[in-house]
Amino acid sequence: MKTKYILTAAAFALSSVCFTGVAFAEAESDEPIIIVQNNWTSQLVLSNVVGQLLESQGYTVEYVPSDSQLQFSAITNGDMHFQIEVWEGSMKTAFENAVEDGMIDAGTHEAVTREEWWIPNYVLDVCPEAGNWEGLNACADIFKTAETAPMGRFVGPPADWGKNYAGRIEALQMDFIAINVGQAATLWAELQSAYDREEPIVLFNWTPNFIESKFEGIFVDFPEPEAACFEDPSWGPNPDAVDDCGAPSSAWLKKAMWSGVAEEWPGAAQIMTNIDFNNAQIARAALLVDVDGMEPEDAAALWIEENQELVTAWLN
Amino acid sequence: MGKSTLKDLLERTPLWQQFVAIALVGIAMFFSWDGFLRLPSDLIIPMKQWITQFFNWLGNDAAIGEYKFKQFTRSFALVLKQPLLWAEYFLYRGYRPLDLPPVPWITLILAGGIFGHWISGWRLALFTMGCMLYLAVFGLWRDSMRTLSIVVISVPFAVLIGLWLGIWVTRSKRAASIITPMFDLMQATPHMAYLVPVVILFGFGQVPAMIATVIFAMPPMARCTILGIQTVPPEIIESGQMSGCTPRQLLWKVQIPAGKRILMLGVNQVVMQTLAMAVIASLVGATGLGQKLLNSLQQLKLGAAVEQGLAIVLIAVVLDRLTQAYANRTNNYSPPEPNLMKRHKHLVAFGAMIVVTFILAWMFEEASVLPRSMTFTFGTQLDTAVRWFSANAYAYIQPVRDFLTLYVLLPVRNFFLIVPWPVVVLMVGAAGLRLGGKSVAIQCMSLVMMIVLFGFWVPAVLTVYLVFSAVIICIMIGVPIGIWASRSDRVATVVLGICDTLQTFPSFIYLIPVIMLLKVGDLSNIVAILAYATVPAIRYTYLGLKGVPTVTVEAAIANGCTPRQRLLKVELPLALPEIMLGINQTIMMALAMVAITALIGSRDLGQEIYRALPTADTGRGVLAGLAIAAIGIIADRLIQAWAAQRKKLLGVAS
Repeated sequence: MKTKYILTAAAFALSSVCFTGVAFAEAESDEPIIIVQNNWTSQLVLSNVVGQLLESQGYTVEYVPSDSQLQFSAITNGDMHFQIEVWEGSMKTAFENAVEDGMIDAGTHEAVTREEWWIPNYVLDVCPEAGNWEGLNACADIFKTAETAPMGRFVGPPADWGKNYAGRIEALQMDFIAINVGQAATLWAELQSAYDREEPIVLFNWTPNFIESKFEGIFVDFPEPEAACFEDPSWGPNPDAVDDCGAPSSAWLKKAMWSGVAEEWPGAAQIMTNIDFNNAQIARAALLVDVDGMEPEDAAALWIEENQELVTAWLN
Repeated sequence: MGKSTLKDLLERTPLWQQFVAIALVGIAMFFSWDGFLRLPSDLIIPMKQWITQFFNWLGNDAAIGEYKFKQFTRSFALVLKQPLLWAEYFLYRGYRPLDLPPVPWITLILAGGIFGHWISGWRLALFTMGCMLYLAVFGLWRDSMRTLSIVVISVPFAVLIGLWLGIWVTRSKRAASIITPMFDLMQATPHMAYLVPVVILFGFGQVPAMIATVIFAMPPMARCTILGIQTVPPEIIESGQMSGCTPRQLLWKVQIPAGKRILMLGVNQVVMQTLAMAVIASLVGATGLGQKLLNSLQQLKLGAAVEQGLAIVLIAVVLDRLTQAYANRTNNYSPPEPNLMKRHKHLVAFGAMIVVTFILAWMFEEASVLPRSMTFTFGTQLDTAVRWFSANAYAYIQPVRDFLTLYVLLPVRNFFLIVPWPVVVLMVGAAGLRLGGKSVAIQCMSLVMMIVLFGFWVPAVLTVYLVFSAVIICIMIGVPIGIWASRSDRVATVVLGICDTLQTFPSFIYLIPVIMLLKVGDLSNIVAILAYATVPAIRYTYLGLKGVPTVTVEAAIANGCTPRQRLLKVELPLALPEIMLGINQTIMMALAMVAITALIGSRDLGQEIYRALPTADTGRGVLAGLAIAAIGIIADRLIQAWAAQRKKLLGVAS
């Protein structure tokens, strides 16, 4: 047994003679920069874009999967170093708490995000006014299921995503019941199944997201929120209730960074701060994976190739 | 009135009278005080908050002088990280500072082949290489190596810790009295519940994932060690003592070699559990196949997920076969082969292979890292097939779904929800007293009380409702299949094969098709549980019927029983205790699945555990996990007591 290990080790050493790697540029620290990966497509591709850009500058990069809420304490502690997509709609509180604890807000993307009720286009054939909450409510009947009848069913996000849709339904006196799923994949499975059969469905969705490249549909418009909506009952359609409004139709998308990055890898910190995506660029990145079936790594490489000019600007 | 007279009273009164009495008490309670349905929040012991605060304190502020506890856990993690790093350098990453590439894939496949041949022969060699080739050809090599590096480091740790704890238990009564019930508890607690405290103490990434894996995979090793050492025949030990062994020599040179078979079974269990954790560990930052599988599911790429799941299964099967073959190797006592080359033929072949493959890898990049253009996948075809099926079958399934949901499941759920908790405490106590006596009754009652007092009553009731419904269906499906398998060996081979596959396949994959067909709802949860939990019902029914003594069956035939009578009047009653143990296992599996079906959407204890992770709410996760364990333990105690009583009656006590 022992001899075998020695042999393997020798072989391992031998390989160093056979291969000559790329010469690394001068980087500040040899330690790997750890980039957070979440479980949705655009984030996977964008984090690979960042990683490959850093690698091209001679840094060592590692990708670590993480939950979208827990990641912030990990970034604050320096267990992970960079997150490319921070969503206002679902991560605002966790993000702001972490910034208070010392995490770095590495800037806002040009891209805007939206998280709202969403319907496939074929719903408009049976209910032409469904693009607006009042029109949608008038057709609540077509969305009913055995458990929710006579109310319509709204397939909502996981309970801890910080959305109080039951509250909004009540405040707007809508004829819907919110059924909360356990995770995003459940939403997509519901959508896929309904879409294939053209069954009416209204569910929680967000943009930018791979869904828009696979399914055609629109967001339902709710009253645009103002601070008064959440404090003053007289504001909005229902004079006796707060929360009678929707989510902002354009919310921010930010980047998050560990406070130690600027010290350990000042060059990398500058690049990460420079990076800025817009909606079309993010949608393109997601499309390469979700429609063209590429792996996130390959999609990222292709994306960089297609956007050389932009990338060069970030790197300088 | 003493306890014994209470037991007599219970046994003397007819069962229906007791039920009527309980029902009356229940109705009275239902109308008298809301607190009997849901304990008012100011009576609930805030254990959840205490545990969360304790772990936050431990993770952030706890310190001895200047030295923080957090620093201790972090440096512990750093130590554990070193072997893992080396495995990663070796298997897939290469060593950057020296520009060393990872070991080429062809080298590893051939090494697997030579190793397989060395311990068993050509069959195992080809099987090993075939499975590894699958990983390469389907483009899963790198992720498989990521998973494998966690496995090759976790398994030795789990085995060593398990071995040590096992030895300790066999030596010290006090250790046994603490450790054995802890193992019971650990095995009944869903994997996910371990993750929250691990994240608080050790952070995120490969190492915490490894720690969670070791904690989960270690108990079977310890159990097998205890069993292995305790079942060594006394003659062997005595002969060891007569030869003048010191206690240490007796352990390492006599007891452990003699119990080797059982110990290797433990190793095998550790390997299986380690891979079973592959997917769940990716929730706390493990990279590899598990992470890729969850990502595929997230994007509804079911076909890709199946391929990744299969890769996990294949790694498990290969490691299982290799360890089994190694354990079963017969000692070769023939004189050593005189020719040095022939004697060390595997070593020679290995050396030659290394040289050849490294030269190949140097000449052709494909031999070092298989380019993606040379891999393929059937993923999209499978996706289309699943979608086609769900689109076409939906019309037939929907009425059934609606009927079951509206007229069976929802009424059952509503009934469960209006049962006052004191009634449940009393019923569990009465059942415990009848079946197992005072200590069983007290144990079960206090477990129920704990669930009530810690504020988990409603999610616990919903869990029991889901598990109860699922188990009923499992029995309706599993027992007939088990009977069928016991009638024909050919059927048995196929059925048991399917059972093995169902159990090793990562259960997350079942969720997506279930949702597509049945929508979010209780029925989806139940069906997802079925895929996993029916297996023990089938297996134990089969084993139970096979275990009925042939003499008894022949006597039944001689008495002129029809096959139907033979089954219903002779075989099933005799196999019933065994079948009940199967149902016990089914309940355990169903409870374990509850944490996973939470991803569909539910309001039960599984959801509490799953939600605790993103909010880092340790108390909620740990207590909900323990509540699931408590339900499992209550069911286990009652069923075991019943089976023991029954076996005694039938005269088949072992």
